[in-house]
Amino acid sequence: MIAETTDTPLTSNDGAGAAAQEIRPSALRLNVATVLTLLSRDLKRFFRQRSRVVGALVQPLIFWLVIGSGLSASFRIEGASDVGYVQYFYPGIVMLVVLFTSIFTTMSVIEDRHKGFLQAVLVAPASRTALVLGKTLGGVSIAMAQAIMFLALLPFAGYHLSQVDWPLMAVVLLTVSIGLSSIGFAIAWWLDSTQGYHVVMSVLLIPLWILSGAMFPQKGAPIWMSLVMKLNPMAYGVSGIRRALYGAGSSNASVLGSSQSATEVAVLVGFALGSLALAVRMCARRGRKP
Amino acid sequence: MFLTLDKLTRSFGERVAVNALSLEIARGEVFGFLGPNGAGKSTTFHLLTGMLAPDSGEIRIDGQPAPPTSGRVRERLGVVFQEPSLDDKLTGLENLQLGAALYGLSSAVAKERIARMLALVELKDRAAETVDKYSGGMRRRLEVARVLLHHPEILIMDEPSRGIDQVTQRRIWEQLLELRRERRMTILLTTHQPEEAEYCDRIAVLDEGRVIACDTPDALRRMVGGDIVTLEPTGNAEALRDQVMQGDAILAPRVVDGSIVIEAPQGHTLIPRLVEKLGAGALKSVSMRRPTLGDVFVKLTGRGLHHETATKKVNA
Repeated sequence: MIAETTDTPLTSNDGAGAAAQEIRPSALRLNVATVLTLLSRDLKRFFRQRSRVVGALVQPLIFWLVIGSGLSASFRIEGASDVGYVQYFYPGIVMLVVLFTSIFTTMSVIEDRHKGFLQAVLVAPASRTALVLGKTLGGVSIAMAQAIMFLALLPFAGYHLSQVDWPLMAVVLLTVSIGLSSIGFAIAWWLDSTQGYHVVMSVLLIPLWILSGAMFPQKGAPIWMSLVMKLNPMAYGVSGIRRALYGAGSSNASVLGSSQSATEVAVLVGFALGSLALAVRMCARRGRKP
Repeated sequence: MFLTLDKLTRSFGERVAVNALSLEIARGEVFGFLGPNGAGKSTTFHLLTGMLAPDSGEIRIDGQPAPPTSGRVRERLGVVFQEPSLDDKLTGLENLQLGAALYGLSSAVAKERIARMLALVELKDRAAETVDKYSGGMRRRLEVARVLLHHPEILIMDEPSRGIDQVTQRRIWEQLLELRRERRMTILLTTHQPEEAEYCDRIAVLDEGRVIACDTPDALRRMVGGDIVTLEPTGNAEALRDQVMQGDAILAPRVVDGSIVIEAPQGHTLIPRLVEKLGAGALKSVSMRRPTLGDVFVKLTGRGLHHETATKKVNA
């Protein structure tokens, strides 16, 4: 119950008398504080639900082990017969971890809206761009944390910790997760239903992941498919992760394909910025009922 | 004038939800928007809080344009939603910290204000628990505490009493009215509950997106005039009504749910006369009340406050 006695002063004694103006923080400070607040909220919520942490790791792990072992007998890459399927499939699984985590973290926008929490952020003074950044960076942080945990398994996939090009790996994972989190935010903002979100996930994002070179190489695929793969940002992500795993000195052309790391990074940076801009644009609209 | 709404208009497709809404509100005033669902309350609330931009018209504070779509304006507002906008996976304390951070309060200021607010709403002992363990009343108190942390100049509340018991409602209002007095906080609220509208200094009655009346609760009630007298008969209500009408046809008694309802200018003189006339044993109970704002709305529109105006859901 609210205090019946009024011995607690109702107004603050820090200078707010009748109609006194509050000292308001600068817009920059406010926006930065909002981004950090939303980011840390998503981290807290994620790590408080242990089942989510475990689920986001175990599902890709099972995928990797089951599909990897199942296909290892029949899978051969021309000119690289030493690369088994467990090894080939591993970068795709790292991508899947990033995809799942980014998408499911930003999907919480829908829950935030339905539970009412989002309203409190929308009426707060920070810009909507701060809201987008806070939510997507939440997705990015969690995706990066999960990816790093999964990368600890790379020796079991036949890669060598000492050979990995970590700066390239960091750039690829960061841009991919920014891109996917922003796309996730934009879709969540637009759709407003978790069922619809799962549909988009299964008819758009999972197929794009399958066509990213995660499960089979672009070389030898039908023309329409290889065209989709050329336009698919996740394909550049998978290829970038694979390149980083083999390390800077490697020239494993038959597995890596013909693209260059500079091209991959450029495409991924474009993807990240483009998706972020899309999310900011969607969120800035005040046209529809909140 | 402190707050001016100047010809605010907002449509969703074909439907005009708020139609040239103009009002002037003084600093420190408690101002209510009363109307049934679909009258435009909720769109008005969204326009006042910047969640929607108007198609035309503007909001001014102290004569200066003050669109709530701008962050500089929003930081002067505090907003309480129909459904508490808390994060139920976080603790009460964390929710308050989050609220303080969204308004850019420094951690020192936030810490001190949070401690005081927790004491004020008597949630200190429960502050470390996650909000999903709170009752509806506790959530509402926590939300009010959070919204007041940054010392808003204008508090905007959407159906603040929905889902809470009367005791909680009354206590929250006591606190708010105290703050209004001490800090000259202006309070705007939407409601469809006549009891809550009684807290207002002035009320705008909304119907179909327009203000159809705007005055103090007393002045609005005077539009109905007189008292509402209700007679609960021991026997047949129709028969008793005929008895009432004998020689008093002007009273136009109506039978509502087995009771006889009479609108009379002077209820206190009518009651003894009626009781005398009807004789011993005819009545189970007699009651008299002043007309409520619900009666005013019926008088103005011919419809009750709980009547739902048919609305098309349009996303523009």
